[in-house]
Amino acid sequence: MPTVIVNNKPIEIGASEKLNCIQAAERAGDQIPSYCWHHDLSVVASCRMCLVEVGDKKPDGTIVMQPKLLPGCQTPVKDGTVIISNSEKVLAAQKGTLEFLLLNHPLDCPVCDQAGECGLQDFSYKYGRGYSRLQEPKNIKPDKDHIGDQITLFTDRCIMCTRCVRFTREISGTAELQVISRGTHEEIDIFPGDPCNNKLAGNVVDLCPVGALCSKDFLYKQRVWWLKSKNSVCPGCSTGCSITVDQNEDVLYRLKPRENPAAQGSFMCDEGRFGWKYVQSDRRLTSPIARSKGETIAQDWESVLASLETAVKATATQKTGQFAVVISPWATVEEAYLLAKFARKANPNAKLALGNVRVDGEDDLYPKDVHGKPALPTKFTIRAEKCPNRQGVEAVLSHFAGGVVAFLTILDQIQKGEVDSLYVLGGDPEGWIRDEDLATLDKLKLLVVQDLLASPASAKAQFVLPGSAWAEKEGTFINHKGLAQAIHRGLRGPEGSRPDGRILFELLGRGGLFHAASLRQEIAKEIPALAAIGAGDLGEHGVLLSSAKTEVGSSPVVMA
Amino acid sequence: MSTFEPTLLARIGKPDCQLLETYQRDGGYEGFKKALGMAPVDVVNLVKDSGLRGRGGAGFPTGLKWTFLPKDHSGPIYLAINADESEPATFNNRILMEMDPHQVLEGIAISCYAIKSQKAYIYLRYEYGRSYRALKKAIEECYAAGLFGKNIHGSGFDLDVVLHRGAAAYICGEETGLIESLEGKRAWPRIKPPFPAIEGLFRKPTIVNNIETMACVKQILDRGADWFKSMGVPPDPKNPRDAGSYGPKLYCISGHVNKPGCVELPMGVTVRELIDEHGGGVWKGRKAKAVVPGGISMGFLSADELDLPLDFNGPGKAGCLGLGTAAITVIDDQTSMVDVLFNCARFFAHESCGQCTPCREGTAWMHKILTRIRLGEGQLRDLDLLNEVASSMGIIPGTTICGLSDGAAWPIKNAIKKFRSEFEEYIQTGRKSVKPSEALMVAH
Repeated sequence: MPTVIVNNKPIEIGASEKLNCIQAAERAGDQIPSYCWHHDLSVVASCRMCLVEVGDKKPDGTIVMQPKLLPGCQTPVKDGTVIISNSEKVLAAQKGTLEFLLLNHPLDCPVCDQAGECGLQDFSYKYGRGYSRLQEPKNIKPDKDHIGDQITLFTDRCIMCTRCVRFTREISGTAELQVISRGTHEEIDIFPGDPCNNKLAGNVVDLCPVGALCSKDFLYKQRVWWLKSKNSVCPGCSTGCSITVDQNEDVLYRLKPRENPAAQGSFMCDEGRFGWKYVQSDRRLTSPIARSKGETIAQDWESVLASLETAVKATATQKTGQFAVVISPWATVEEAYLLAKFARKANPNAKLALGNVRVDGEDDLYPKDVHGKPALPTKFTIRAEKCPNRQGVEAVLSHFAGGVVAFLTILDQIQKGEVDSLYVLGGDPEGWIRDEDLATLDKLKLLVVQDLLASPASAKAQFVLPGSAWAEKEGTFINHKGLAQAIHRGLRGPEGSRPDGRILFELLGRGGLFHAASLRQEIAKEIPALAAIGAGDLGEHGVLLSSAKTEVGSSPVVMA
Repeated sequence: MSTFEPTLLARIGKPDCQLLETYQRDGGYEGFKKALGMAPVDVVNLVKDSGLRGRGGAGFPTGLKWTFLPKDHSGPIYLAINADESEPATFNNRILMEMDPHQVLEGIAISCYAIKSQKAYIYLRYEYGRSYRALKKAIEECYAAGLFGKNIHGSGFDLDVVLHRGAAAYICGEETGLIESLEGKRAWPRIKPPFPAIEGLFRKPTIVNNIETMACVKQILDRGADWFKSMGVPPDPKNPRDAGSYGPKLYCISGHVNKPGCVELPMGVTVRELIDEHGGGVWKGRKAKAVVPGGISMGFLSADELDLPLDFNGPGKAGCLGLGTAAITVIDDQTSMVDVLFNCARFFAHESCGQCTPCREGTAWMHKILTRIRLGEGQLRDLDLLNEVASSMGIIPGTTICGLSDGAAWPIKNAIKKFRSEFEEYIQTGRKSVKPSEALMVAH
């Protein structure tokens, strides 16, 4: 195995691994500060923060160092590479570069959104000097609010790392951002009238190592040190981007992509990033309801659940009609499993079906070329299938029902009178039924709606169970290629609602608390297709199902 | 030295010296014909044997550079000619291009043949309108005469020469900045490796050479490597890295002299000789206080260093960066070095491309400090600060992508070291180079 020596510590790297000095040092637990370098973008080596001493250890044991400092980002390591990142010479260079970077940087940390998670703050604290030697006025550059619908630019905070420019050129391919002017007067800007509004634009805010590019949605909403982060998965489409949910006092403030090479890479799209607002919508269901002949008869969980159980059990003894359960592809694997169990326990003949799989156009592949057509190689895909867990729910349905029945089939059967009782587990913020099909529901004798938002369907239901959004519960989502990832409970739902898993747990009459990891072990034992999640803990990057499809970018199969 | 006959400038000033007709009457394009009869590798070896070093500033051996191209490359290979003569006080390429464009074009044709390139780009600085017109006309003449185009002289060698006008920036003279600019992008120098000889213009192997180098190549083909090696300075035996400085060189003389201009002399002439014999002496009967040996990024020679020979190693012995473009600027004893240095700093702050942090911020900071000193608000500690800023910007060997940062830092360090007492006196006596009425304008 090739060995690299970082500050006298030998570390082994993979034989075919292509690492630069920054990555090799990271393996050794040493951080080499850098701004312009990002592993998903091209190397420009322009910030000059990562200068290190580099040398070679010869087979006879002698070490020959190169006379000048080299940028760690640009210098690949191989067997015998020696990296020194803590010598006097290196520290002097870092101190010098930081002084230059801070020279014209405004001292507005107290009002800057980035404060607390700022590369400039962190490295200044670690490597910089405590005061500025600049006596002259700093450069003042105009703020650019017009740079995008979702992003704003505080131009004078910019340190010209050009990560944002490279992102729009290399990942989104839309190339809206550019550098204008020269030397110290340089600014990031757009071509007049062509703002940075591509569907991946929000990523430039994350990429910005300082507070220059800010998200208008998050701007001045919260100091980042108050935020608590939980790992989760974006439910916006079947790509299943790994994300963090940042909240404070049960108010969700923002989603950020979490790097996961097994899922999406380092980024996420704006649909997902800003598409969570329904979580805090006024339309959230906040009270369980049991209705009889249009009149509300109960609004507390205990009696609603009790009468629900009785009503569902009653369907087993009916002579005509059938009981059907529809599980939305927004439900977690655990919820699908618990609901299927409950349905079969209450009525062994219960039909199980997959809820509406919302498909919006075609997969949106990035980067784009100059004509707006996808260019190869694909670096990011926004999938047309706008639900997070079709594969997971299908795996459960296939196990319990031997196949997957689509929701439209059930609607058809309701029309024909073959189904007269329906339990729907929703979750899709855009609703689970088309307006023209709403009338069909009137034919039902029993309608149970477990959902997030109030809808015309929930208004018709005999039983309404206010569930929780993905950010408020734990469970498992399985993405388009069969990657099972854990979602964690980032915040509490509105008062009156309950995590769906807990509702189903109680309906099943199980003792104890809903615990996703234990349930995963149980599911893996019972459903062979989901054996891979048997460890309970899926780790940060998730677990690939053994039956996983490896093709990327294929269109989802619409189950009709 | 009196026996020296100019060769590069031999035709300058003759009637109609720009025309192909007169050029061919003087034996023009014979060297190219001769080259076409040789194997390309022999042409490379001939240039290598001559000891020709690039005339653009860095002095890299031209023949050696050509051998860095990948062997048996399927092509295309490009030759990019650096005619972005933007170092202040340098105008030798301009004279060649304006007055004897065919000499340059013949050198380009020979070089293309040697490196098996079928396309040459001349990157011309925008300000050179007369050069543009002269070169354009000369290229048209060559196409009409069958000297460029397909199957030249039945040799099977094709050559296209493209004249490209830059949009005027100092950084376009850096070879990878030039390549980026030629590709239509912002002229931000590229990180190396890969060097242009491996991956240059349009990601293909590219050689970047200077205009004067091309004229030298033509003369070497005409007169042979031995002729070229017969003049100049042999390598310093104590310096194993010195490849010697051979051949004729065009020296530009400007600043406070009686007769500024461009003269051709063998390598190794002294600064004093240039000023006194070729520049007509320092003007107004004054004395020289300092001399810039080759473009302002090289630093300064003080009055007692004027007997230094101007070969590739000479200025280095006096703490300058090198020979640079061999464009000397004479500064007389009535001139304030603070003003001179301010001018340097202003130039580099304006021309820094802004890619690397140290250069982008450092050049502007030094400009601000010197502006303040000239407003009479300097302090003695500013001199140390300037020195430290310059050290963070460019520790030789440099810490930035290209050499501009080192070139911007060097004159600052150099001037403060050599003229420190003058700077101190300027600050301590509260002198101002700026009138109070101008101060507001300068400060903002």
